[in-house]
Amino acid sequence: MTLRPDVLLAILGMALATYLCRAGGYALFRALRPPRFVEVALQHLPGPIFIAYVAPALAAEGVKGFAAAAVVVAVQALTRNLAAAIGAGVAAMWLAGMLA
Amino acid sequence: MSAPRVTFTREGVRRGARAAVPLVIGTFPFGLVVGVISDAKGLSLLETLLMSALVFAGSSQLLALDLWTEPAPVLAATLAALVVNIRMAPMGAALAPWLDRLRGVRLWGTLATLVDHSYAMSAAEQRRGGRDAGYLLGVGLALWAFWLVAVGLGHVFGAAVRLPPGHPVFFAAIATFCAILVPVWQGARRDLLPWALAAAVALAAWRAGLPPPWPLLAGALSGAALGAWLELRRA
Repeated sequence: MTLRPDVLLAILGMALATYLCRAGGYALFRALRPPRFVEVALQHLPGPIFIAYVAPALAAEGVKGFAAAAVVVAVQALTRNLAAAIGAGVAAMWLAGMLA
Repeated sequence: MSAPRVTFTREGVRRGARAAVPLVIGTFPFGLVVGVISDAKGLSLLETLLMSALVFAGSSQLLALDLWTEPAPVLAATLAALVVNIRMAPMGAALAPWLDRLRGVRLWGTLATLVDHSYAMSAAEQRRGGRDAGYLLGVGLALWAFWLVAVGLGHVFGAAVRLPPGHPVFFAAIATFCAILVPVWQGARRDLLPWALAAAVALAAWRAGLPPPWPLLAGALSGAALGAWLELRRA
């Protein structure tokens, strides 16, 4: 049960940044209307965030990474079940590792 | 004619918490993954639970853990949380009809529990004519409690099994984001070009050897900017 000062500092930094997003967003939008472009860009942010995370991570895994990602997307689209999609992706990676 | 009064009752909180229970099926595996990865990155159970309780935003926790180093990357983790969670900024604004009637700890405390699911559920409740802002807090609190249980269980499991690095189970983190992308997709006309640009910029920055979170930042911001530019040009 350790709590290291550097880890605590990182956690507090993340917590502060996240609370700023939750509450600061509301406070800012209440105080002043943001430019239309900023408002629309915020609505577009979620997709590009996850894509920008996933693309290099998959490139690092190589072909089997992209194949497993395709399995995840297919299972999520068909079942709309997050647990099933994650499980299928891990299973695909495991299979690819056995075959390689 | 007076506007219908917005209230904040214990009953509303309870109703929100009950409404959140089915959502747990989706968020629980996500929490397990965060717990397993936290353990793999060397965080103690206490550190893992503290992060989950205070940050309470799974995708930003996963991203920060992905770039975790020894000693902890304070600036990079904070930046990652800021970039990933900035999407929550407009959610509070959208719930203004409720939030504008709250004061003090009810307002700022409720905002601390805001997550994608509680926003979506409350927006739907508002459209149905709901007037009890306690609902938002109830959904958030229930998800928070289940989140801590799921992450804790994942950590205990990870510590017991001691998975080697590169084990297929760690693909779960990437898989989670691939799966999240599916419901976010709103059609090729809106999303194809921005998403393609985000991927291209992130890959280019990564190939150029930029350390995290810069490939993520560059890709996410350029994609969102292109999406906004295209949408405003069409309007």
